[in-house]
Amino acid sequence: MQKIVERAKELLADGTVNRVLGWKKGDMCFNPEPAFFETAEDLDENFVYGGFCGANLSKYMIDASKLEGKTLVLLKPCDTYSFNQLINEHRVDREKAYIIGVGCKGKLNIETIKQSGVKGILNITENGDMLNIETLYGNTEMKYSDALLERCHVCKGKEHKIYDELIGESQDTSDRERFAEVEKIEKMSPEEKFAFFQKELSKCIRCNACRNVCPACSCRKCVFDSTKFDSSQKANTDSFEEKMFHIIRAFHVAGRCTDCGECSRVCPQGIPLHLFNRKFIKDINEFYGEYQAGADVDAKGPLTEYTFGDCEPSIVKERG
Amino acid sequence: MKKIAKSNLSALFAKINETKDLYVPVKNGEQVNFAAYSEEAEVDLTALKTVKSPKDAFFPQSENLYTCFNEQGKISITPEELQDKDFVVFGMKACDIKGIEVLDKVFLSEPVDSFYAARRQHGIIVGLACDKPEESCFCTVFGINPAEPTADVAVYDDEDFLYWNALTEKGNALTETLCDLLEDADNTAVENKKKEITAIAEKLPYANLSLEGWNGDALTEKFDSPIWEELYKPCLACGTCTFSCPTCQCYDIKDYNTGNGIKRYRCWDSCMYSDFTMMAHGNNRTSQMQRFRQRFMHKLVYFPANNDGMYSCVGCGRCVDKCPQNLNIVKVIKAFEKGGKA
Repeated sequence: MQKIVERAKELLADGTVNRVLGWKKGDMCFNPEPAFFETAEDLDENFVYGGFCGANLSKYMIDASKLEGKTLVLLKPCDTYSFNQLINEHRVDREKAYIIGVGCKGKLNIETIKQSGVKGILNITENGDMLNIETLYGNTEMKYSDALLERCHVCKGKEHKIYDELIGESQDTSDRERFAEVEKIEKMSPEEKFAFFQKELSKCIRCNACRNVCPACSCRKCVFDSTKFDSSQKANTDSFEEKMFHIIRAFHVAGRCTDCGECSRVCPQGIPLHLFNRKFIKDINEFYGEYQAGADVDAKGPLTEYTFGDCEPSIVKERG
Repeated sequence: MKKIAKSNLSALFAKINETKDLYVPVKNGEQVNFAAYSEEAEVDLTALKTVKSPKDAFFPQSENLYTCFNEQGKISITPEELQDKDFVVFGMKACDIKGIEVLDKVFLSEPVDSFYAARRQHGIIVGLACDKPEESCFCTVFGINPAEPTADVAVYDDEDFLYWNALTEKGNALTETLCDLLEDADNTAVENKKKEITAIAEKLPYANLSLEGWNGDALTEKFDSPIWEELYKPCLACGTCTFSCPTCQCYDIKDYNTGNGIKRYRCWDSCMYSDFTMMAHGNNRTSQMQRFRQRFMHKLVYFPANNDGMYSCVGCGRCVDKCPQNLNIVKVIKAFEKGGKA
């Protein structure tokens, strides 16, 4: 972390960048927040980079691209896919970003830790592969790898796809099959599938956190925020609408979603929203060949390119 | 003081449910929220905080107000019926009950909100003392005692028993209907429990949060502070904080097109949303900084200004737990205390 701070201070001092986009210490060890830093003092006092810095900062670069001068942005390997995709869609300006690829050994999910039964957390410290957890009700420990975000279990690898320089080591933390959950759902009967998604989506409170955090959801004005549209963005007026919002969103990001997992990270109701996106990714891989959005900044998305080899719409019938 | 063995709780719930609607904390996946009781429901009294506050029971996220129907040019209007059946909300915590007091100030002052008033009239609150307060709790800062839920009935969870203490007429009446299931008990276990809760509450990391400077008179000073410009930037403008909050009371009224008529409904609004307080002339808050500021000014300045100093935050800590980017009212209060960045 100190290396990042020192380098950021250098880049601020020599005028390469006007500000730094990183994470600021929280008032607890597990609640750092995304933040812009403009001075060395601010970096020294408030900057943090650690296990709970899961937030993907790419999307903040849409606004930062409009600011004077360059912004130093810190991206983890998986965040760089989102950043590439945003460049590809002309939503961020590469020239306005100085990217330091920061090392990542998987990010922690405080919800996972709490769901394991830990209450009243006061402090969490890393101790090798373990987390020492101090609580109001005594001390406990947990394996680092058991407290990871879902997306880290299907890690896309330790390679940064775009950067100006790298600081720190990364690890590939994948220990689960990326499409295993999707395959499980594919094997369900239509009735079971409906019941599964009904149960999950009925939890939705329409807070729009999934949409607002999503780097692929970068429309200046979302159709669900339009006051002229019949469907409110604030409440599910019936059970059709609660599904409609998520299904429309999944279709809209199809072929562009990098599977960064922010939607599932932020959902206050724990809806596994990544499953929708991953189903689309799996289908796209099968129909159009392996494709990872954001892996290549110049790639043409499979759904925005036409080739004679593309599957016909009748594939829907053939697949049943 | 009465008590009931926890192994017998389903009988208690079933008995209440015979004559009244019953809302209990129900686990769905890893999340617990208040929901209608059923035999199949996985009732979870161990979860300290439901994701959404139980304010839904009195002020639902969305509710119909009336329905218009057009039949060959003739328009009929049917108002929605008011709540006329008693219901019990079982397991509300002290902070959430205080949240209802905040809502009362808004909806029961003139002009009285008839939908809300009917629910308050028919609602019976069984409060559950907080077994294990958590790190994000700061109710004591607002003078709330997590060991003393000011409900119709206060309930205490102690090992194998739930202790039951009726505090109001409504609470006594409910207790009467359950006399076959409740047995007499002495106060010892409950007194010990209260001490235990109070001891933990004193050790909570936010227990000493200072509200100094936050009051109805601080309007201009707080409103014009440059600190808001620093604080709002990571805000995603999602509604997680407002929709999980027990005191957020802003709502919107909209029409749902039913094809041959409309349903006029109201739903919770969020000051974080771009069309918040949008009127015919446009929107008087055009930036996210202004909307972000609104939330905290409302809770800590405007509300106390209009309600004899009462804050409209109860320190439940849901926004602390749930904000996707880890912003929250505690950080706002601390940032102002510190006077912004160095």
